[in-house]
Amino acid sequence: MSGTSMRRNLFACALLAPLSASWALPASAERLVSSLSSHIVQITSNFTGVELVLFGTVENDQATVPRKGPYDIVATVIGPRQSLVTRRKERMFGIWVNAESRSFVEVPSYLAVLATRPFEAIADAETLRRQQIGIADTSLPQQIGPDVADVVPNDAFRQAFVRLKRNRSLYDEIPNGVTFLTPTLYRASIFVPAEAPIGNYEVDVKLFADGAAIARTTSAFEIVTVGFERFIAGAAVDHGLLYGLATAMMAVMTGWFASIIFRRD
Amino acid sequence: MEIYLPIADLPVNVFLVFAMGLAVGFISGMFGIGGGFLMTPLLIFLGISPAVAVATVSTHIAASSFSGAIAYWRRRALDLALALMLLAGGIVGTGSGVWLFTALRGLGQLDITIGLSYVLLLGSVGAMMVTEGVGAILRARQGKPVELRRPGSHTWVHGLPLKVRFKQSKIYVSAIPVCAIGFIMGFIGAIMGIGGGFLLVPMLIYFLRVPTNVVIGTSMVLTLVTMASATILHAATNHLVDAVLALILMVGGVTGAQFGARAGQKMRGERLRLLLGILVLAVGLRFAYDLIVAPDDLYTIRAIGESR
Repeated sequence: MSGTSMRRNLFACALLAPLSASWALPASAERLVSSLSSHIVQITSNFTGVELVLFGTVENDQATVPRKGPYDIVATVIGPRQSLVTRRKERMFGIWVNAESRSFVEVPSYLAVLATRPFEAIADAETLRRQQIGIADTSLPQQIGPDVADVVPNDAFRQAFVRLKRNRSLYDEIPNGVTFLTPTLYRASIFVPAEAPIGNYEVDVKLFADGAAIARTTSAFEIVTVGFERFIAGAAVDHGLLYGLATAMMAVMTGWFASIIFRRD
Repeated sequence: MEIYLPIADLPVNVFLVFAMGLAVGFISGMFGIGGGFLMTPLLIFLGISPAVAVATVSTHIAASSFSGAIAYWRRRALDLALALMLLAGGIVGTGSGVWLFTALRGLGQLDITIGLSYVLLLGSVGAMMVTEGVGAILRARQGKPVELRRPGSHTWVHGLPLKVRFKQSKIYVSAIPVCAIGFIMGFIGAIMGIGGGFLLVPMLIYFLRVPTNVVIGTSMVLTLVTMASATILHAATNHLVDAVLALILMVGGVTGAQFGARAGQKMRGERLRLLLGILVLAVGLRFAYDLIVAPDDLYTIRAIGESR
C-alpha cells in the first residue's frame, strides 16, 4: 500500500469512525475503528479467490491511562451460514461406502480467525472461550437426535469437518495475520477462496489489552455473482426446466453446426 | 486461462477441459460411440462432483450424438421406426434413472452407486470385449475364417409376442425386448452419465439382429433423445447441469470426433473392438481401485438443501 493511499484510508477511517465504532465495554477508553478495502466482491468468469484488506485504528481518549501490555487485535470473518452433512466411510464387503453421518446445522460456510499473536498469548482459555476466539471455540452445532448442540472440540466428526474445511481454505486460523503498522494502526489480509459461497460475510474485530477484551467493532462485505455467471447460476436454480431445455437446445445446435462445418459429402 | 464454472462451483482451466473434450471426441469418433464412459470419470478425477459430472456429460453426449445422427441420416443409415420404439422405453428409463439418482443423492449413496455401476458394467463388458477381441485376432492370425454371425438365426427373444416389422432393418421382432433395451439404456445413462453406445450397439446386434449398416445410426438417435431428456430432467430436478462446462466439452468433443472418425476408418474392425474393450475395462478397473483401496480421507462433507 503506497503512502498516499494509506493516508487516504486513514482519512476514510476518520470519517467512518462515528458510524462503525461501537463500544464493547462503556468503561473502556479505547475505541476501535475498522474498514475493508472492498465491501462487495464480484465473482466473474476468471474468479480464483480474492484478498481483502482489513484496516483500522485504535483511538485513544485524551484521558486514557497507558496500558501495561501491547494492544492485540483478533478479527473473525464469518461467511453465510449453511447446513452440511459429514459422512464417514467404512469398509463393507471389501469396498468403502458411506456409513455413519452427522449434520452440522447453520454453521459458518467460511470462517477465518486472524490475530496479532497466537491466541493463547492474547488471553487466557476462559476469555477465549467466552469471546469465541478461534475455530475450536466457535460453536459448530450438530443435530443429535431431536436436539441441536455443540460437541466437544475433539469429537471425531467435528475434527474431520474442520479439517476438510481447512483443506479447502474455507476455515483458517492465522495467529500472525494482523499487524500493527503503528502502535494504533492495524492491517490484515483476508483471503476468500473461489469456493466460498456467495452471500454476506461479517467481520468481527475485537481489541484485547492485558488479557481482556476492551473494544469491538464490526464490518461486512458481500460476495455476489455478476454478469453471465450470475445469470447461469440463477437460472439453473430458479428456472430449472427452462434452463434444461435451453441447455439441451444448445447441445443440439452445437451438434448441428458441427455436422455443417465438417460435412464432407 | 482459468474460468469459473457456475454450477460445478470451481475454477478450471479452459484449455485443459477443451483438450479433454478433443481427446474423448477423438476416441468417440474412432469407435463410433458417445464417449460418456470416459468423459464422466475424467471430470470426476478433475475434482468435479460425480453428480455434476454425470448431469453435464449427458448434455455433451446429446451434442455429439446429434452430429453423428445427422451424418447417418444423410446416408439413410438409420431405422427411424426402430429408434422411435426404443425411445418409448428410453424416455421412461431416463425418467426412472433421474428419480433414483435424486433419491440416492439424498441418502448420500450416489457416489458409491456411480462407482459400483462403473465397476460392474464396464468391468464385465470390457472383459467380454477383450476376450472376444483377442479371440478374433488369434483366429485371423491362424488363418481360420472369422466367425460369421448368422442374421437369420433365432433366439428366445424371437419367441416373444407383440411382434412388429421394421422395414429398414428388415427384422420382425417383439416390441417387448425393443422397449426393454430402450429402458435399460435410458436408465443407466441417467445414473452413470453415459450414452451407452458401446453397450447398445452389441445389444441391438445380438438380441434383435439389427443389421450393422443401420445399428450405429439408430443407436445415436436413441442416445440423442435419452441424453437430451436426461439433461432437461437433471436440470429441472437437481439443478446440476453446468452449461458452461458442457459447452466447452461439446465444442472440443464434436471437433475431436471428426479426426477420430478418419483415424478409425484406417483400422481393422477387430483391432478397433479390442482397443475399445481394453479402454472400457481400464476405466472399470480404475473405479474398482478407488472403491477397494482405503480412501485418503474417510470423511466427506456436503451442503444440505443446496444445489450442490
